[in-house]
Amino acid sequence: MKSWLKRYWNLLRKPSVHFSLGFLTLGGFIAGIIFWGGFNTAMEVTNTEQFCIGCHEMESNVYQELQGTIHWSNRSGVRATCSDCHVPHGWTHKVARKMEASKEVWGWIFGTINTEEKFEAKRLELAQREWHRLKANDSLECRNCHEFDSMDLTVQDERAARAHSTSLADGDKTCIDCHKGIAHEMPDMSGAAGSY
Amino acid sequence: MNTLIVRIAAIALAGALSVTSASAQDQSLAAPAPDGLRKGGTLHEDLPAPPIAGDPRDVNREVRNYPEQPPVIPHVIRDYQVDRRFNKCLDCHSREAAPGAGAPMVSVTHFMDRNNQVRADVTPGRYFCTQCHVPQTDADELVENNFLPVNEVIRRMREDSQ
Repeated sequence: MKSWLKRYWNLLRKPSVHFSLGFLTLGGFIAGIIFWGGFNTAMEVTNTEQFCIGCHEMESNVYQELQGTIHWSNRSGVRATCSDCHVPHGWTHKVARKMEASKEVWGWIFGTINTEEKFEAKRLELAQREWHRLKANDSLECRNCHEFDSMDLTVQDERAARAHSTSLADGDKTCIDCHKGIAHEMPDMSGAAGSY
Repeated sequence: MNTLIVRIAAIALAGALSVTSASAQDQSLAAPAPDGLRKGGTLHEDLPAPPIAGDPRDVNREVRNYPEQPPVIPHVIRDYQVDRRFNKCLDCHSREAAPGAGAPMVSVTHFMDRNNQVRADVTPGRYFCTQCHVPQTDADELVENNFLPVNEVIRRMREDSQ
């Protein structure tokens, strides 16, 4: 094993015999662009709505529920689709989330939620996982569009303004603490421990 | 031979009858109908739908018109989920949440079953809020409404008798 590693190490250390320095540097540069661009393009493809609803688990359950909510259609014509809320926008966290998503591929292969009954049975667990994720990152995906600093509390309902100017402002609560079930239906909460 | 003629005559007669009945049907559909809730037009015509009445934004709690009236909802309830799994209204109006949310608690009648026994939580019979409680919009009344609260009726009767 050691001699095997050593052989490759020596190969890497040896100067190139056949290829020019220009070919290696420029070629490496171009290959890097192609690889990096290809990687990011492929990753962005997995962020599209078409990709998400390519599986019937998403298409016939959560996608149907999204339609008709304020995040789907509204008077100003801004739409938040799957990845806007469920995938972090920053690169590092996005890649981390994509790695976590390998478990979702596992679930898809083994049909964990491939019927309505199975999906309903897991609805609470799936929802809680997403609530915990948003709670942990201080509702980062909400705040990509809804910025606290840009909120005019005076045009909000009295009760909303009160909640936003107290609990939200001092960081005691984050968006998802109150705004649950806004883009998908709520699970049966009787199985949830304490206050969800 | 005779039977054949009779048969042909019968078929012709049946055809004529069906034609007349079809045109009569067309006429009845095209006839102008009295204006009901759906104003103007005939059964055949498609009329443009009136614009959807606006949602109320800043409205205060409204006075009830009679004591048993279910209070109307003074806020927007778009996308509120009320089904077997979850009741969004009870997020604020439940017994536990009402004071913190500054919302009126559902009245004790909602906890009573059909035998007037008060139960631990809102009973299934009173669970679906919008069966009785509705938000108000600025829509025009479909029919004229002359309703007066009973105090107003009494006041007018007193005035008339004097």
